[in-house]
Amino acid sequence: MATPAIEILSLTKDYPLGYWRPGKRRSLDNLSLEVRDGEVFGFLGPNGAGKTTTLKLLMGLIFPTSGTARIRGRSIEDVGMHREIGYLPEQPYFYDYLTARELLDYFARFFGYTAAERRERVARCLESVGMTQAANVQLRKFSKGMLQRVGIAQAILHDPKVVFLDEPMSGLDPIGRREVRDIILNLKRDGRTVFFSTHILSDAEMLCDRVAVLVAGKLQGVGAPEEIMSLEVKGMEILADLPAGRALPPSLAAHATAAGQRYRLQVPEAGLYDAFGALRESGARILSVAPLRPTLEDYFLRLVENQKAASHAVEVTSP
Amino acid sequence: MTRNVGIVAVNTFREAVRDRVLYNLIFFALLMMGAAILVGQISIGIERLVIINLGLTAISLFGLVMAIFIGVGLVYKEMDRRTLYSVLSKPVRRSEFLVGKFGGLLLTLGVNTLLMTLGLAAALLYVDRHLTRSDGGILVAVYFILLEFALVTALALFFSCFSSPMLSTVFTLGIYIAGIFARDIRDFGALTHSPVMVFLTRTLYYILPNFHNFNAIASASHGEPIPLSLVGWNTLYAALYVAIVLLGASVVFSGRNLK
Repeated sequence: MATPAIEILSLTKDYPLGYWRPGKRRSLDNLSLEVRDGEVFGFLGPNGAGKTTTLKLLMGLIFPTSGTARIRGRSIEDVGMHREIGYLPEQPYFYDYLTARELLDYFARFFGYTAAERRERVARCLESVGMTQAANVQLRKFSKGMLQRVGIAQAILHDPKVVFLDEPMSGLDPIGRREVRDIILNLKRDGRTVFFSTHILSDAEMLCDRVAVLVAGKLQGVGAPEEIMSLEVKGMEILADLPAGRALPPSLAAHATAAGQRYRLQVPEAGLYDAFGALRESGARILSVAPLRPTLEDYFLRLVENQKAASHAVEVTSP
Repeated sequence: MTRNVGIVAVNTFREAVRDRVLYNLIFFALLMMGAAILVGQISIGIERLVIINLGLTAISLFGLVMAIFIGVGLVYKEMDRRTLYSVLSKPVRRSEFLVGKFGGLLLTLGVNTLLMTLGLAAALLYVDRHLTRSDGGILVAVYFILLEFALVTALALFFSCFSSPMLSTVFTLGIYIAGIFARDIRDFGALTHSPVMVFLTRTLYYILPNFHNFNAIASASHGEPIPLSLVGWNTLYAALYVAIVLLGASVVFSGRNLK
């Protein structure tokens, strides 16, 4: 069996509530996850769900309270493993006294490239994020979107096998977002594994082979976006035209929206045949019938609501 | 290991240069020029002594201010601005980063001190038209000042690994001042004849960095020879002390959760 690109094993992270306050706040709760080699994996969740905490744990920027993780079979404590990974932090900030070219050259030095190799790589990465024109501008003059692009460039500078992107679309305009999507797809085409966190669900639906949803530090589900969306049928949608001067029977009117004589009805799956009968009696012409499936967004929002209802207590008091 | 330390050090030096840290040289140059002109008018036969004293004291003070105030922000600033995240996601150990930052500031202080020493030499030439063999003592005094900078930078870096810049400044400055009086503290303990006080003050004497031994300004300005053995002992002492402090800083920093 092939080694997974990322294996997260019961990862838990507690933070102290404060210097003077006893107890801990659980930011990540027993997360176990496996990301396959070569997949684009979306890590979804609302703000404060624990996405950034997970990425920081994987990068060794913070240390787990319990559990561990492996990337390409190597422990996250192994600094040598960092040769194989790239990381874009959330809202990245870099040395603003350097130019984009100097910054990338600085990072490239850690991989032992020769001067010629560095020049070539830096130029290629700057081009791939559309920053060639601004290569010699100091980063203190960069906008948030430009910093984001430089951040992506430094994450892919050394052709890493696994790329971690924390909210890569954040701060980007629609063109920038499309470019980042293209970069992610290019990475996938080159056989790289991409693990990215986002709360922009359309990006996840568009790009990801699989997604995981995290709410309040707990994993709520993992699967292909279409799997998650097709977990249930919310109901049926009927599109029908009524003859002029005719109205929908009262039993259906409550479920309908109208544009002229064209009606869009949303009815429960069990009530579909009753609706057909009523429409036939009204002389309606049925144009289409389609199942109503929840979008990833519906799924996501419902999880958040459930979580809120179930518990506000994610605080763990000390023994 | 060494390569990564060097990369971080050179970048730290570049940061200092671009942040116009070396602009302090302008003030030093103005001070030396003013002193050289004034001293000729008000001193009779002690121009050299005044210039050397003033020059070395200024080199020491300017450098100490830099070592403390830049030193306490070296790591803290990187953590606060999260510039550290991208660096540590590369194959770089936290200890390498830390030693690199230390090396970078020391390099900055070294270049700064070298340029100041040249300024001092120019001022000396202006007042006396020649340099003597005994002026070699100035170089030894400057070397001791550099060792002092290394100690102070290491301490500032150590404190900045777990406390705010303001607290780190207070701690570093406090230890520096206590370190100047380390010998007096020990002697004071001996005077009390209390075994507990003797033990405590002796312990403190061994823990505190002994900055008194690094002050060769008076000897240099009076043209007195500085024993070679003192150079050797001070070098060894500073190297060991810095190594221990940096090791402690690495242990603290390597176990720290970044915000």
